[in-house]
Amino acid sequence: MSSFPVWDRIEIIRNKDRPTVRDYIPMIFEEYFELHGDRYFADDGAITGGIAFFRGRPVTVIGMVKGKSIEENKKSNFAMPHPEGYRKALRLMKQAEKFNRPVICLIDTPGAYAGIAAEERGQGEAIAKNIFELTRLKTPVISIITGEGGSGGALALAVCDELAMLENAVYSVISPRGFASILWKDGSREKEAAELLKMTAADLVRLKAADAVIPEPEGGAHMGPELAAVAIAAYIEEALGRVTATDMATLLENRYRKYRGFGCFTE
Amino acid sequence: MLEDLFNKVKSRMADAPYRESHSEVNVPKGLWFKCPRCQTVTYEDDFEQADKVCPKCGYHARISAVERLAATADSGSFREFDAGMTTLNPIGFPGYEIKVKSLRQETGLREAVVTGECLIGGERTVIGVMDSRFMMASMGSVVGEKITRAFEYATEHRLPVVLFTASGGARMQEGILSLMQMAKTAAAAARHSDAGLLYVTVLTDPTTGGVTASFASLGDIILAEPKVLVGFAGRRVIEDTIRQHLPDDFQSAEFLLEHGFVDQIVSRKDMKSVLNRLLRFHREGGAK
Repeated sequence: MSSFPVWDRIEIIRNKDRPTVRDYIPMIFEEYFELHGDRYFADDGAITGGIAFFRGRPVTVIGMVKGKSIEENKKSNFAMPHPEGYRKALRLMKQAEKFNRPVICLIDTPGAYAGIAAEERGQGEAIAKNIFELTRLKTPVISIITGEGGSGGALALAVCDELAMLENAVYSVISPRGFASILWKDGSREKEAAELLKMTAADLVRLKAADAVIPEPEGGAHMGPELAAVAIAAYIEEALGRVTATDMATLLENRYRKYRGFGCFTE
Repeated sequence: MLEDLFNKVKSRMADAPYRESHSEVNVPKGLWFKCPRCQTVTYEDDFEQADKVCPKCGYHARISAVERLAATADSGSFREFDAGMTTLNPIGFPGYEIKVKSLRQETGLREAVVTGECLIGGERTVIGVMDSRFMMASMGSVVGEKITRAFEYATEHRLPVVLFTASGGARMQEGILSLMQMAKTAAAAARHSDAGLLYVTVLTDPTTGGVTASFASLGDIILAEPKVLVGFAGRRVIEDTIRQHLPDDFQSAEFLLEHGFVDQIVSRKDMKSVLNRLLRFHREGGAK
């Protein structure tokens, strides 16, 4: 154990052999059928989405795509979506609503892409619109952070009825590097920053921003991808049971109340 | 490096939100206004006379929430909501309470947004004004809560909402709770929208990050003041990523209008009458 236990987790989730959404989908779902494009501009390789069966029930699956090689990462932009990625996700969420399919989001992104084209096409608006629509989407939404939960870029798929994080996953408002460079004007102090940020799965459950922690095999998910997938599937089954047993009005009211409750202030 | 020389010239807009542009001019503070966009120096008196608009390029400089309310609400009509709300320190961020306390004394504000209800040319509305002097109007628990309550009040009383946005983004000192404010405010805006009520956003300098990626982009009608900075990612972050300098008008109100993310750019002197007109268009029962 080093003196930077949070950083140790970040090294685990950045391990080149860590399972990605492309590994998990076939291990967790059956007959995944990918649907491409946002219908306005393009298809963003940073986000995959489609329909699949989960233990016999049709579900919509949306995930952020990390590559395992330079080639793959070129296509998926290191899982940093552009606005068209968020708009594709929203299209599939609305489609899921129409057909009463639960939505399952697998989140693993350093954040929304920061670039000229992303700004020209309204990165802020795309994220805002997803958050807005998710707060009132009339179908159950379950989100799982499998690796990095990078700020607003992750939140755009993480407004949901139940949120779980893999044991080593992190979720934060800013990257440790960004935090360190603003706080100390020194991005290289990211290890210290990670300890301050309260970004681990256990921290997030304590802060009520996550509902559950999904255990990983000893040493991290890359030590046993199948075991990690089994644990994720078990969580999905359990959470799906809860959300589908709740009537829609109650589900939406509970979703509103959950986000309504976040705050730490006095009057 | 030659490139570094250009860097100094070109990065002025990037640095503007993070430093006091006044102090860069080598003259007594408070006598001059140096425009962060076009660098023109103006007598402070002339600048004040012009409603804090740069006479050369039309950049609409930041004004305080008090000034904004005086320019927007009918005299004596403003009634503030939640004036005493104060943040706590949810992740035990070192020095956070002290920072907030000293900013309160410095600015006379309790937090980075002032909310309430008022009349604009006789039209009743809920209003919120963010003030960049308070931690760059970053959104933490209090900003999120006050904006959420403003939407909830407006929904309950069937009133429109007008928000003047300005923000550096989510307040990182509150950790994940600041990110959750994006969902909280968007959820309240969604309920207000579902009730068939009007929400007008006015983007002012600078509107960025988590505020752009939540309630600032959700207005039925989105206005902006001329030349203000509006974007998601920070300019320097993008420049670091792409390793090239960005054009001066990148992420300006004009850039957003060109790309289809703003309905109209409205000057400060016309803002009140434009808001009044939009409120009149959407009076309850107007479609009947």
